Amino acid sequence: MIEVTALTKRYGSLTVLDGVDFAVQAGEIAAVVGPSGAGKSTLARCINLLEKPTSGSILVDGKDLTRLSRRELRSARRAIGTVFQSASLLQRLTAAENVELPMRYLDISHSERVTRVRELLDRVGMLHRANHYPSQLSGGQQQRIGLARGLALKPSVLLADEPTSGLDPHTTSSILKLLAELRDELRVAVVLITHEMDVVRSVADSVARLHEGKIIERGSVAEVVRSSDSELARALLPLPPGPAPLHESAVWQLRYERPDVDPAWLTSIGRELDTDISVLAGLIETIDDGGAAGRVTVRFERPLAAAQVRAAFASRGIHATQGSIARADELEREPEERQEALVRSAA
Amino acid sequence: MILATATPWSGVSSLLLPALGQTAAMVGIVMGIVVALGLPLGLLIFNTSPRGLTPHTTVHASISWIANLGRSLPFLVLMATVIPFTQLVVNTTIGIKAAIIPMSLAGIPFFARLVENAVREIPRTRLDVGIASGASVLQVIRTIQLTEALPGIVAGLSLNIIAMIEYSAIAGAIGAGGLGYLAVNYGYEQFDSHIMISCIVVLVLIVQIVQFGGDRIVRSLTH
Repeated sequence: MIEVTALTKRYGSLTVLDGVDFAVQAGEIAAVVGPSGAGKSTLARCINLLEKPTSGSILVDGKDLTRLSRRELRSARRAIGTVFQSASLLQRLTAAENVELPMRYLDISHSERVTRVRELLDRVGMLHRANHYPSQLSGGQQQRIGLARGLALKPSVLLADEPTSGLDPHTTSSILKLLAELRDELRVAVVLITHEMDVVRSVADSVARLHEGKIIERGSVAEVVRSSDSELARALLPLPPGPAPLHESAVWQLRYERPDVDPAWLTSIGRELDTDISVLAGLIETIDDGGAAGRVTVRFERPLAAAQVRAAFASRGIHATQGSIARADELEREPEERQEALVRSAA
Repeated sequence: MILATATPWSGVSSLLLPALGQTAAMVGIVMGIVVALGLPLGLLIFNTSPRGLTPHTTVHASISWIANLGRSLPFLVLMATVIPFTQLVVNTTIGIKAAIIPMSLAGIPFFARLVENAVREIPRTRLDVGIASGASVLQVIRTIQLTEALPGIVAGLSLNIIAMIEYSAIAGAIGAGGLGYLAVNYGYEQFDSHIMISCIVVLVLIVQIVQFGGDRIVRSLTH
C-alpha cells in the first residue's frame, strides 16, 4: 500500500502541490482527477520520486521514500512500478526487451529474466508480439507492454499516469479491464492519474479531485456519484443535454442514491402520483460495486406538490431536486480544448 | 608554354595505392581517438545541461565553451596554432603522426556535438523509465541513451569520417601524406593531370561509399 501525507511541491514561489494526502490499499484502484494545470503530472512525478517533494512523506510498505539517501532510494523505488503516458517504450528494443529492461538493473539471472518476461507478456496477452518493435505495435498493444514493464519488478504500487490518453474508446476499455484484472490478481495498489471521467467510472474504486494543488473532494466512486451533486459527482456521471428548457418548475433532476433502485420506478411513480412522466435526459450505469448509478431529468405533465414528489422518489432510493443543475464538464476537457476555449474567450 | 608531364596511367596506381593506405591509416587512427574521447564528451555535455541526467550549469558552460573553441578555428589555422602542442606530444611537426594531433583536436568536439544532438532527440520520459526502475545514471546512459541514440550516433560517425578525410587532405600541407598530399604535390604543383583526376575520383568514391554505407547502417538500426 501507499500513503501520501502532506505532500507539497514548490518551484520557487510557485506552489504546485499543497499538502496533498491520500492512501491506497493493496487491491485498490484510486483515481486522481483534475483539469490540466491542477498538478496531476507533478503529483505523478513526486510519487515515483522523479521529482523530490519539497515536504511531506510518501510511505510505501511502511518505508518513507522521501527520507532515503540516493542509493537507498534506487532500490526502494522498485516497489513502485510506473506505467507512462503513451507507454514510452524504447524504440530500439523489442517488446520482450522492453519488459526485461527494469530487471537488467538488478542482479537477476538471465534465465530468470526470460521466464519472468514470458509470464508478464502472457499476462498482458502480448506473448505473440514478444519480438516485435514498438513501431510495429498499435497504441493499445504498446500500452500493454508498458503495463507489463511496470510490473516487471513485482511492485506493490503501480502508478499509471494517463495510461489511456490517446487511445480509442474500445482500446481504452480493454486496457482498463486488464488493469482491474491485475489489481485483483496481483493485489497491487494502483494510483491512476487521469482526466478522463469514463476511465474513473469504469475502473476506479475511489476518486480524489485535485484542484490547484489541493485535493478538494474525495470518496469511493459509488459514494460520490450516489450521495452528492458536487462538481465531481456531476462530472463522473454527466447528464447528457436534454431537449427541453430545464427551468420549468415541472422539471426534476433525479439522482440514484442507492445501488438497488428498482428500474421500474418510472411506471410505479407515475401511477402513484397519477401523472404522465416525460424523460428528458438520463444516464444510468452499473458501476464498479455492481449496483446502479444514475442521473435522470424528468418532467411531470400535471402540477404536483414538491414535497409529495420528493417523498415518492425518496421511498425508492432516488434523490430529487426541482429545477435544473448546471452541467459539469470542465474537469473532463482535454488540455488542447481548454486552450482553444481560452483563446476563444480571449478573442 | 607549360609542359605538363603526366604520370602514365599504368604508373598511377603505384602512387595512388600507398597514398590511399596513408589516408585510411590517418582517418582510422583519428576516428579511434575521436570516438574514444568525443563520445564521452558529448554525453557529458548533454547530461550536464538542464535537460540532462545530472544538470550542472558551471560544468556544462565550461565544457561547452571548450568544445566550441575546437570547432571555431578553420582547420588550417588550428593546425598551425597547435604546432607547439603537436611537437610536445608526438615529438615531430611533420608527417602522419603530426597530422593526427590537430585532426583529433578538430574531430573530438565535432563528434561530441553530433553525439549531444543525437541524445537530445530522446524524449525525457524514456529516460524516466530507467530512473523510475532504479537504474543508476551510468545504467541509464548505457541502456537508454546510447541504445536509443545509436542510429543518430552512427549517422554522426559517417559525417565525421567524411570531415576527417577532408582534413587529412589539408594535413597534406604539413607532409602528412595521403591522397590530399598526392593531389597537391603531383596534381597541382606539377600539373600532373592523371594523378589529379585519379585522386579526385578516388576521394569522391570514398565519400560516396562512406555516406551510402553509413545510411544503410542507420536504416538497419532504426526500428
